[in-house]
This record gives sequence, structure tokens and C-alpha cells, in this order.
Amino acid sequence: MINKIKVFFTLLLLMVSLAGAPLNTAAQSNETYAIRNARIVTVTGAVIEKGTVVIAKGKIAAVGANVSVPSKARVIDATGLSVYPGLIDSGTTLGLEEIGSVAGGQDTAEIGDNNANLQVIVAVNPSSSHLPVARVNGITTALTAPQGGLIAGQSALINLAGWTWKEMALKTPVAMHINFPTGDGAGGRGGFDFGPIANPRSLVEIRREQDKQIDKLKTILNEAKIYGEAKDAKAQDSTLPKLDVDLKKEALLPVVRGQMPVVIEVQMARDIKKALEFADEMKLKIIISGGVEAYKVADLLKAKNIPVIIGPVLRFPANEDDAYDAPFTNASQLMKAGVKIAFQTSDSANSRNLPYHAGMAAAFGLSKEDALKALTIYPAEIWGVADKIGSIEVGKVANLIITDGDPLEIITQIKHLFINGHQVPLTSRHTELYEKYKARP
Amino acid sequence: MKKVDAIISIALALLLSFATSAQSLPHTATQVTPKSNAAILKQPLAASAAPPTNAPAAKELLITNATILTASHGTIKNGSILVRDGKIAAVGANLKATDANAVVIDATGKFITPGIIDCHSHTAVEGAINEGSLSVTSMVRIQDVLDPYAVNVYRELAGGLVTCNILHGSANSIGGQNAVVKLKKGKPVEEWFIQDAMPGIKFALGENPKRSNNLGANVTQRRYPATRMGVEETIREAFIKAKDYMREWQEYEAKKANDPQAIAPRRDLQLDALVEILQGKRYVHSHCYREDEILMLLELGDEVGFHVQTLQHVLEGYKVAKEIAAHQTGGSTFADWWAYKLEAYDAIPYNAALMTQRGVITSINSDSDEHARRLYLEAAKTMKYGGLTEEQALRQVTLNPAIQLGIDKRTGSIEVGKDADFAIFSAHPFSVYTMVEMTIIEGEVYFDRKQDLERRVALKKEKEELMKKEREMRQKGHMPTGRPAQPQPLPGAIDEELLDHGHIKPETQEVRNDQ
Repeated sequence: MINKIKVFFTLLLLMVSLAGAPLNTAAQSNETYAIRNARIVTVTGAVIEKGTVVIAKGKIAAVGANVSVPSKARVIDATGLSVYPGLIDSGTTLGLEEIGSVAGGQDTAEIGDNNANLQVIVAVNPSSSHLPVARVNGITTALTAPQGGLIAGQSALINLAGWTWKEMALKTPVAMHINFPTGDGAGGRGGFDFGPIANPRSLVEIRREQDKQIDKLKTILNEAKIYGEAKDAKAQDSTLPKLDVDLKKEALLPVVRGQMPVVIEVQMARDIKKALEFADEMKLKIIISGGVEAYKVADLLKAKNIPVIIGPVLRFPANEDDAYDAPFTNASQLMKAGVKIAFQTSDSANSRNLPYHAGMAAAFGLSKEDALKALTIYPAEIWGVADKIGSIEVGKVANLIITDGDPLEIITQIKHLFINGHQVPLTSRHTELYEKYKARP
Repeated sequence: MKKVDAIISIALALLLSFATSAQSLPHTATQVTPKSNAAILKQPLAASAAPPTNAPAAKELLITNATILTASHGTIKNGSILVRDGKIAAVGANLKATDANAVVIDATGKFITPGIIDCHSHTAVEGAINEGSLSVTSMVRIQDVLDPYAVNVYRELAGGLVTCNILHGSANSIGGQNAVVKLKKGKPVEEWFIQDAMPGIKFALGENPKRSNNLGANVTQRRYPATRMGVEETIREAFIKAKDYMREWQEYEAKKANDPQAIAPRRDLQLDALVEILQGKRYVHSHCYREDEILMLLELGDEVGFHVQTLQHVLEGYKVAKEIAAHQTGGSTFADWWAYKLEAYDAIPYNAALMTQRGVITSINSDSDEHARRLYLEAAKTMKYGGLTEEQALRQVTLNPAIQLGIDKRTGSIEVGKDADFAIFSAHPFSVYTMVEMTIIEGEVYFDRKQDLERRVALKKEKEELMKKEREMRQKGHMPTGRPAQPQPLPGAIDEELLDHGHIKPETQEVRNDQ
């Protein structure tokens, strides 16, 4: 219940701030900045070879080659530098974990099959050292998602700076996350375990188990649907018997009514097909996540207009006899088929390497333009926040990076960083340790 | 009676000869029969999962018109490399082959680096990489458990990787003996070992030998040592024993000339390896994280009398870089992996640069077959974090690991006389948009992307034909003979996916060993 209240207030806060009324929330900066003489890669429009971006009240106030600089603006001379929208990592556990082996800091996976009512945002630690490490490499926004059970819970889009998780929340909840049961003995993240390798199950057994788990998912969703119908009926007719509140079913109502997207974590082609059948039957609005074999069902995904969050790209192929570069060419094959894509690291500590996942996909056939878009405007569209982030356009949140080159290239340096219009210092636990020990006599 | 005496004397003689031969260190990686490179070149590639490669019939290979990143003396634009008998015969502009049958590779627009070297690998190890029963397992050898058919080897070749330091795991204070190999996929594994590489051994400090993580419910598997204090004592004690053992053998050797009745000490394979370390005949490669344990091992080496050749992982090496450099010890680290456990929490991507700038010979390693196939990009991170020059960065995965493994006379840079080990890239190796097009070991092509792509088409066709045939036979009601037992098909129609995937167990997501 407390969770729900928190979410309510978060949503309220977001609605209020986005309506533009009180702009003195700490989430947004009151400072005005003008980034001058910059090469501006707007992503949605043409590149402006030499122009100005004005940031005011946390938003992009003006963009163009001939923009007047407000008198009170702090000016950043970006001669020789480029401005890009902040990059978006579409699948992380940022804020939910600190040190892998230390259980006390692990909040990624709850116990139980059905965790539909969990809100990831309340567990995001704004002081996590992973956040500055990611943002100083240009990641300004991330989807942080729960991982445990068949139904893992609800994700949030967070900006990687803020005093509290409320300030960090760009959108919450974003989606319901389901770990799709695999029938391939590989793939799915944290869904359920097929037992020790010493006692491998046959494919037949694995698939029987998969069908059982899918049935379980269907039952959970159908029960939520019935719960919703009972609730509606009760609203119409107060003489009907009292209906006990069920938080899990309550949380699934927007899902079964097609209002909240479902992110289905699934890797193998056969499982993806099964997931699509499941989604059709349950009338869900879905997004595929992981999808290492999505390229094998690209046409099907296109026909059903299902976006794919690809990643990690930097991984092994799913099968021994797959081409060595199968995970690298996945993105370009999906793009060619017309599927909407975005990238994720599925990581926290090294979310900073997001650009190199996209870069590897670009080395293996994806155009550089699409690689950048799959880190900016495509995820903004997929997550329903294209009006707020993902490009350099007037009115959007001022999440910007200023670089000395292509942000997908490893040797490129980030020179300035803006989140919510705040100029965020380019320091992290790593730069601090570096400076400290560089100075050791 | 007489017969028994004879047997005893034969047995004694055998024992003696065996004991004597212990002095010539037969129990090392160098016992593999040497073969000349020419002999290797002449052998056709054995059938393998790898696409057929252009095993050159000619003794000469000429690569022309490339940007050559030598790793030792800068970059040569529009350069050529002439290879003769697996060695680099010439590097420069406008080279000509003397052999009319020379294989010529036109590398216009391409970039060439030395073959990539990974100073911390567990690739191709069959089964577990840890003999975890004791905390001192200096007698076990990685060279005995290599699987030349491991699928990852080809994937690594496709990332320009040529040479690997294949290490035992890190469960023990003193682990097993390593193997330094070139990934000569298709050749018998005996030909993978680099003959003149110094034998080595794995040590490990901190959380892994302490076994403070990953035990889970198996708390009964706790064993001494369980603290960093205990790890130091375990190593010290092992070397004290080894020194006694070494002295016994020295005394025996001295006595034996004058006293034919002298009895040799009992051979101890565990101590043999430690004696080799004390005699400078075996390198210590020690897994470590924190500055305290790094300093501890360097000091212990000073006290007991061993040199630490490389510190592996060495994630806090930047904190004690001065001390590491003073010991002429190398550091082999990750580009940016951190926070996966407590002792990795102070890991920073500036580590390699800071150690390099303080005079430590540093390399970037993978500890992961997946990272191993893009080590060139990992090396680029040392330019980003800490500002190494391009050549310094390239050396992190070429010349420096060669120095650390004692094989820099034969590989690690593009210089006349060295092995012809190269990776050919489509663009600058530090650009994220680059791709390895060819990997060459001692003048032979082990990976060729063009051939790989062609072979994919052929394999797809073959697979479709085979599946069609099998489907037809199943429909006719009889299974093909000779097929291994398969799970019963699911009720209903023929399961296409069983045909598709049933023969190979899919791999799960790659996980780093950190071992």
C-alpha cells in the first residue's frame, strides 16, 4: 500500500512538473545555459554544423544556427565539440545493486513467481556509485527493471542524477516485466532454473515445463481480468458482495486492459514465437527484451509491430553452431526487416559501455545513424517519452552530452554533461580514486 | 631369492633414473616435442568446425599496402609485410616476394596489428579449471586438459586473438601450472604450445582462495586458509618445504658423485614446481585484487626468494604501482570490469594507465572467452581512461603480454625475425566500427571472414537438405540409422525445432570466470 502511495505521489509530481506549473522542483535547474559554436546532432533533424543550444528551466529552450543568447546565460564555448542528446540504456539494474557478491546491496530480484505489484523506483539508491560511473560516459537515462520471478514487477525510467529517486524518475511505472519461460534450455534471465547441469533435462521435459509455466502466467493474467470485471461490476452495483483488495491483481489490471506495456525477457527464436502467441491470446501490448535470436523471427516481429530491446550485444551466440557474429548482426537484420530497436546493457556497473554495444552492431551492418537513434529517439519512442527525451528539440528535457567526437567511439571524451538542465560534474568514484592515487608521491 | 633381488635392483635403478631425471625438469610444459615452423607450415589443416583456410603451399606470404601498427616502432602507412617460413622476413614499402608461388594478400585500406595476446585466459580447458581440493596444487597442469575442439577458440580467432596464457583457476593460494599456446585450431594440441615460453604457475590471493564467496550452502567445504593472513602463511609454508626439498636434492647431487650408494630423496611433484620457481625456471602469475595483498606477495617473494612475474587482475595495482615497478613485476588487468565483488569495488579503468605511467609493464586481459574476442577494443579504453598513447594502448594486448610471458623475442610486435602472427582489421583497431577480417598465425590463415561468410551459405544449404531428407524419412516411418538416441518427439506433428536444435545444447549467457 505504501508503494502505491509513493507511486501515486511520483506520478502526481511528474504530472505537475510536466504541466509546467511549479518549476522550482529540485529536479530541474533554474540556471540558464548557452552552448555556443557547437556541432549539434539533433538526431531527429539535420545536423547543425555550428550552432547554439539554450537551456532554461531544465528544458531545451532554443536550438539553431542563429539563436540569440539570453543575457543571464552561462556560456559554454563548444568550438570543436559536438552536442548529442543523452544516451538511454533500455535495460539495466542501475540503482538496485552495488557490489555483486554483497547480498545487502542486492535489490534486483524479489522472491516468488508473481511480483506484479513491485515498483522498482522505490528501491533505486540515488547514492549508488554506479550512477555517476554510467553518466560520465554519456548515459543520462536508463530503464531500471526488476528481475525476479515469472512476473518480475514494474520498471522505471530514471535520469542518472538527482537528490532522491523522485527527482530521478522520468517515468514510472514504465512497463510490467515478464521473464518468459524458455523451452530451449537457454536464454531467459532469472525466470526459473532447470536444475543443475549434472542432471540435464531433455528438451521434451524442458518444453513440458515451459508449457506449464506459460499456463501459470495465463492463469495469473486471467484471474486479474476476472478481478477487474468483478471490480467494475461492484462499481456499477454496490449491492454485490465486498471484493477484497488484491495488490497483485490490481497491479495487473492496466496490463490485461492493454494500457501498460509488457516487457518480455526472452532470447531464443522458438521462445519468441511462443511469447508472441501468448501475447496475442492474452491481448497484451508487448516489447521483446534480450532477443538474441530475434533476427530469426524478424519478419514475424515486423508483422506484429513488436519492438525489440537488443542486448547485451557483446555476448556469445546462443548456439554452438551459430555464426560467431550472430549477436552483432542481430540489430542490423531486425532493422532491415523494419523492426523498431533499442539497445540495453543488461548491466549496472558497466552500463557505461552502452555505446559500444551499439557500436559493435554498427560494425556489423547497422548504420551509424540507426545505432545512435537506437540509443536516443527509438528508446524514447518505445518507452513513450519521445515528447521528453531522445533528441535535441525545443521543449524537451535538457539531457545533453557535449563530446569531442562520436559518442559511440571508445576514445571519445565527454566534456560536459547536462541532466534535467543541471550541469553535472564529470566525476565519479573512479575519477576520484584516479585523482587521489595519481597524486601519490 | 635371487629373482626378488633382481627385481628390487631393477626397481631401484628405475627409481634412481626417474629421480635423476627430475633434475632436468621433465614435468614442465617444455617437454612437448619441438617442431620446426617449416614442418608446421607444410601440414594441411585437419578437418574441423573452422572454415577451410588458405593453408599456403608457398613458403612466402606477402601482405601489401596496409597501415601497419607495429606495436614496437610506430605505424607504417602503405606498408607491406613479407613472411617466409612463418617468420617476418621484411617490413616496409614496396616489398616483393622472391618466391613466384607466394601467397599475396592485398590489404589496401586495412589495418594490421600483431596477433592479439591474452595474458589471462581459461579457454579450451576441458572441465573445471580449479583443482579445488587443496590450497597448494602446484602439481596439476593445464596442458593436460586442453580441448582443441572448443568452439570458443574459433570465435576468439575471429577477434584477432592468437596467443593465450591459459591459467589454472584461482581457488587455491598456489594453483596449477599454466600453458602458453597459440590458437592453432585444426592442429593437434601438441602443436599449440609455444616451445620456448617460460613455464608458469597460478597463485591466488584474497577472496577466492579464502573462499569467502560462492560457497553458498556448501559451508562444509571451508578450508584453511580463510583469511588473507592464512593465504600468506600457506604460501610461505609451501616455499619453506620446497627449500628443504631443494636442499635435500642438492646434497644428494653433491654426494652421489663419490657415493654410489647415496639414496635420492623421494620425488614430490608438488614441490618440484615450487623449486623451479625458486630457481627462476617457472614464472609466478598471481591473481590478486587489493593493495595489501599485492604488497604482501611482493614482500613474501623477497623474503622467501621468488620473483612474481605478473600480478593478474591487480585491480588496485594503481595504489601500489611504485612498489610493483620496483619489483620489476608486470600487471595484467581488466579494462573496466568492477564492483562484482567487494575486492573489486576500488577497481578503476585508469588502472592500466596509472601502472604504465609508474613504470609497470602492463597488459589488458580477458579472463573471459567472450571478452577475448574484442581485446583490441578493451585496449582502446586505456587511451580514454588515463591517456595512454595509441602505441602504449596497443602494447597492452600485444608486446606487453609477450614480455610478461617471456615470448617477446618471437611475438608481440611486427618486427623482422618474429613469428608472422597478425590480425587484419577493416578499420583502425581502436574504432568501435572495426572488424577483424583475417587472423594469421606463423604465416597461416586461421580466420578469414570472407571464407566464413561463404561457408555460412554452404552450411545453410547443406543443413536444409539434410533436414529435408530426414523429414522425408520420418514421414515414411523410419528413422535414419546411425543417429544418436533422441528424445521422443512431442505428440503431434514433426517438431521442426527438434530437428533444428536437438543436436546441440544451446549455451547460456557468458559469465566471466574471475578464476
